[in-house]
Amino acid sequence: MSFNPLVIREDFPIFSRTIRDGKRLVYLDSGATSQKPQVVIDAEVDFYRLHNAAVHRGAHQLAEEATDLFEGARLKIARFLGAEVDEVIFTKGATESLNLIAYAMGNAASGNRFHLKAGDRILVSQMEHHANLIPWQQLAARTGAELVWFDVTPEGRLDLSQIPTLITASTKVVALTHQSNVLGTINPLDEIVKAAHNVGAVVVLDACQSVPHMSVDVKKFGIDFLAFSGHKAVGPTGVGIMWGRRELLEELPPFLTGGSMIADVTMTSATWAPAPAKFESGVPNMAQVIGLGVAVDYLSAIGMDSIAAHEHVLTSDLLTKLLSVEEIKVVGPHTMDSRGGALSFTVEGIHPHDLGQFLDSQGIAVRTGHHCAWPLTRSLGVPATTRASLYLYNTIEDNDALMTGIHSAMKYFRQ
Amino acid sequence: MNLDNLYQEVILDHYKNPLNKSLAKDYDVQVHHINPSCGDEITLNITLTGNVISKITWDGVGCSISQASVSIASDLLVGKTLDVSESITEEFMDLMQSKGKKSGNELVLEDAVALAGVSQYPARIKCALLGWMAIKDASMQASNK
Repeated sequence: MSFNPLVIREDFPIFSRTIRDGKRLVYLDSGATSQKPQVVIDAEVDFYRLHNAAVHRGAHQLAEEATDLFEGARLKIARFLGAEVDEVIFTKGATESLNLIAYAMGNAASGNRFHLKAGDRILVSQMEHHANLIPWQQLAARTGAELVWFDVTPEGRLDLSQIPTLITASTKVVALTHQSNVLGTINPLDEIVKAAHNVGAVVVLDACQSVPHMSVDVKKFGIDFLAFSGHKAVGPTGVGIMWGRRELLEELPPFLTGGSMIADVTMTSATWAPAPAKFESGVPNMAQVIGLGVAVDYLSAIGMDSIAAHEHVLTSDLLTKLLSVEEIKVVGPHTMDSRGGALSFTVEGIHPHDLGQFLDSQGIAVRTGHHCAWPLTRSLGVPATTRASLYLYNTIEDNDALMTGIHSAMKYFRQ
Repeated sequence: MNLDNLYQEVILDHYKNPLNKSLAKDYDVQVHHINPSCGDEITLNITLTGNVISKITWDGVGCSISQASVSIASDLLVGKTLDVSESITEEFMDLMQSKGKKSGNELVLEDAVALAGVSQYPARIKCALLGWMAIKDASMQASNK
């Protein structure tokens, strides 16, 4: 089946509505959250209508059905990521996944490989989303470890020449985004993973902007932990994934403790169930997990390589169009080399918030501001940008609508 | 909704030619306010003479709504007593929360009634209030000195 975004759009009921007095919806904000296909919406509704029960508990048919669906979703996601099924942990989103890893490391006692102390280093980059920066800032503050970071070059790439000075014997954690949500830059993993493993550090990958858009295989990448959010990958809100290599999950202490994550409990002590249960205390977001299972099936049926190829064409087209306008400055790589479909830019003389408001009046949804990456936008000298982010249901027509909208805004604000 | 309700001529004029946008060297209190959702920032200096606001100067970066609003507020509230300034600010806040149902009393709010359209765009109310909140904060600190 050849890839046709117009056919794909029919799977997403939101595209049958109009915006701002009858205008066609031009949705260019999938980097913030994606729209949902009917099959995902149905999966959530069906769970509540037909199978609702607390998973892993209850001696009744509904509990069995709910558990089968829930664990079935785990298997689907494991296959989608090239992971083992017991390595897939459900959280409520990538933010929780990253906090889970950071807090669990903070719980590690002396002697545990994750124990951090003064003199140890945590390495991040200047292009991290706040969700992959602040948990590590806080962990550093709690443990006395030092937070260091890769700088970002003017064209929006990591400065890899810093590897020898940043990744040293004292480096314990390297936490990095796979694709920048602001710049669109896809970071090279091989060299960094190799250097990190040479000194015994673990690599945590924030894959929020890559898992929905390209084929991701955790084993091929050679990384140690990965986080992403379901809602950016045509799945429901309220569900995310934390993946970790099995032997690391065995040694990593738990973060949230409580029901269903234990092996045994007395009044004064507890021991832990093996992963994934060890990291999933409490009754989980069941309908959302099941919805995410259906979402990855939906993406897989289309094919992640086909989606990536489509986005490559769209991104290349929009990048060329943006770069052709003198008043527009694209923040991030100007070439398609290792570049994904998040395009941030400024328009001379128009503040992004005003541009976003104008585009909204034309039915065009974009994101404006610092995109939860304030240190990055400040370092680039642009406190705020406008971002268009592309996905499988976008079309060249959407790109053209954006360009028309920008030109109209330039006339409107310079009247 | 018509975008012209939001971007009144008066707002775009203040945006292009902002009033009092040059930080005075002498002041009683300096405040720095940030809108964390969009990154707009403002630094504002205030001087009191007795209980009268005698000087407001500012500098900042932000959208047309936030920049025009602080320009308007800095012009409107200077020369007012702290009590009067507070009551005008409250009337402006009330206008911002009106969801498009109020047009604002021009005798009290003067140019600030041009911002009435902002109340129909919930995401922009914080933009319009940034400068007013900075003046309120600076006034309180200055009067407590």
